[in-house]
Amino acid sequence: MTAPENVITVRGLRNQFGAQVVHENLDLDIRRGEIVGVVGGSGSGKSVLLRSIIGLNRPAAGSVELLGTEMTSASTAQRSEVERRCGVLFQNGALFSSLTVAENTMVPMREHFRLPQAMMARFAALKIALAGLPENAGAKYPSELSGGMVKRAALARSLALDPDILFLDEPTAGLDPIGAAAFDQLILTLRESLGLTVFLITHDLDTLYTICDRVAVLSQKRVLVIGPLSEVERYDDPWVQEYFQGPRGRAAEAAQQRLHAAQPH
Amino acid sequence: MTTTGTATLQRSADGEFVAASGDWTLAGAPALGALVADLRRRVSRGVRIDAAGIGRIDTAGAELLLDLADGGEVGGLDANRRALLDAVAKVRHAPVSMPPRRPSLIALFERTGRAAEQVWLNAYRLLGFIGLILVTLVRTVPDPRRWRPTALAFHLEQAGLNAVPIVVLLNFLIGAVVAFLGATVLKDFGATIFTVELIGFSFLREFGVLLTAILIAGRSGSAFTAQIGSMKSREEVDAIRTLGLDPIEVLVLPRLLALLIALPLLTVLAMLAGIVGGAVVGAFALDISSTLFITRLQDLGAVKHFWVGISKAPLFAFLIAAIGCLEGFKVSGSAESVGTHTTSSVVQAIFVSIMVDAMAAIFFMEIGI
Repeated sequence: MTAPENVITVRGLRNQFGAQVVHENLDLDIRRGEIVGVVGGSGSGKSVLLRSIIGLNRPAAGSVELLGTEMTSASTAQRSEVERRCGVLFQNGALFSSLTVAENTMVPMREHFRLPQAMMARFAALKIALAGLPENAGAKYPSELSGGMVKRAALARSLALDPDILFLDEPTAGLDPIGAAAFDQLILTLRESLGLTVFLITHDLDTLYTICDRVAVLSQKRVLVIGPLSEVERYDDPWVQEYFQGPRGRAAEAAQQRLHAAQPH
Repeated sequence: MTTTGTATLQRSADGEFVAASGDWTLAGAPALGALVADLRRRVSRGVRIDAAGIGRIDTAGAELLLDLADGGEVGGLDANRRALLDAVAKVRHAPVSMPPRRPSLIALFERTGRAAEQVWLNAYRLLGFIGLILVTLVRTVPDPRRWRPTALAFHLEQAGLNAVPIVVLLNFLIGAVVAFLGATVLKDFGATIFTVELIGFSFLREFGVLLTAILIAGRSGSAFTAQIGSMKSREEVDAIRTLGLDPIEVLVLPRLLALLIALPLLTVLAMLAGIVGGAVVGAFALDISSTLFITRLQDLGAVKHFWVGISKAPLFAFLIAAIGCLEGFKVSGSAESVGTHTTSSVVQAIFVSIMVDAMAAIFFMEIGI
């Protein structure tokens, strides 16, 4: 690994819809190879932040630098080059419903590289397996999959081009606890083996405690605090205190400590 | 910096090995795939691979490298790359095989059979659905508390009022075209004046109602399918059911009643527009004054023909609404399904309208009206 460098740099970001200001002077740095969890109350603009970074939402002011490219002023070709190196897992999967899982996974490969069909099928099968889906899932249509499988299929598609950065919007929402824990482990494994940087929006406290290197709290239209969880949960702010010291937060922390006690490193 | 990956067969003191170098990434995959296939023919299974010279490597490259090694040892990797290779090796399996295609002739017969069965099933389900609508209608009409005036007014505006401009314009234009066409043929017989009969007859009995029905099938029937279809795919129809409401009563009846009211009214406008179109052509191009036009229309017995035409409008309205709503309920899951059923709804509605119109023409001819 090289020395920590920033793969995402957001400076002075401002987003507003009509009179409603969502972000004001928001700064955020994410380093290569880390998993950053973004938390915040409903309506605090987590998804808008994600959309601003990946270029789906044009900010009113400020700059977004992604993998060394200033996205707000980049040409279409430059943007496309950077977007190719980002994988995005949308909240509801956003799989193309008229294509099978394997075909969904092949879409980015087909669009960006000229590969023989047999080779694409092979890589698609590999990505589907990496995402933890059984072998026969590739031939299925999204409507035939359960909620957890849809998330994994969407993950397979977002991994199709071996991205440097993976954006996940509430990956464990709607999964059962076993499925959610397995998904957390999957993200960890992929990060270790593929060297991914992960930008993760979540409400799942277990996910935060299990896999995140750093946590960013989005509140009062900016990143209120960012750092390792142990620092963030001590931050002196009523919302942060209630979030991490509430019954659910304490339960998740206790569960994590039990887990560590059970498997001493 | 970016160098396409390569691999060469080399020999050393302890036997032959393959030295891999360059970037083993998805971008270079086609060339690497060919290289790997070529090398595998030349070397024995499980040959040792020295991967120390590799630049960048991703999962696609790892897959190809493992393919080349074919169970053999891959050396010269740092910890991160070893982890990547292990992760890929752990989940590797044969690509999902596509179901084999059957011979095309048999497949052709199969598709023909399925399509024929589908036609029969569609007719069967439509009859069932019409029965269901009638039963619900009979249950709902006597109970004013279950009427839905707001929804009815909304659909009246959407399917009726908003359709007025296009219906009027289209019929006016077709009226003018038919008048020109008729006059051209009739002129040879010195019977240009019969253009009035042609216009009156065709628009009052057939064109007015049929053109309106086709327009409404394309405009409102398709909208009904898409509306109900997207509600179905987002489980809104199920939600209606669990709230103790009847989807037929909530979704179908307001649309059906709106069309039952709107289509006859639109048909009257269509007939008028068609005749006006003919009269305008008559007045300006054929020297048939508007007074003469109206007098001849009255001699024709226009009222009788008007009733023949307008009597078909409610029937068309009922069928278009029923088909549009039924196709909406058939939607399942995907966005593609909404599209397929919307197309099917329009095609069926137009087909059924023309078929019923033909049957009605024979019926009225036989009873001598």
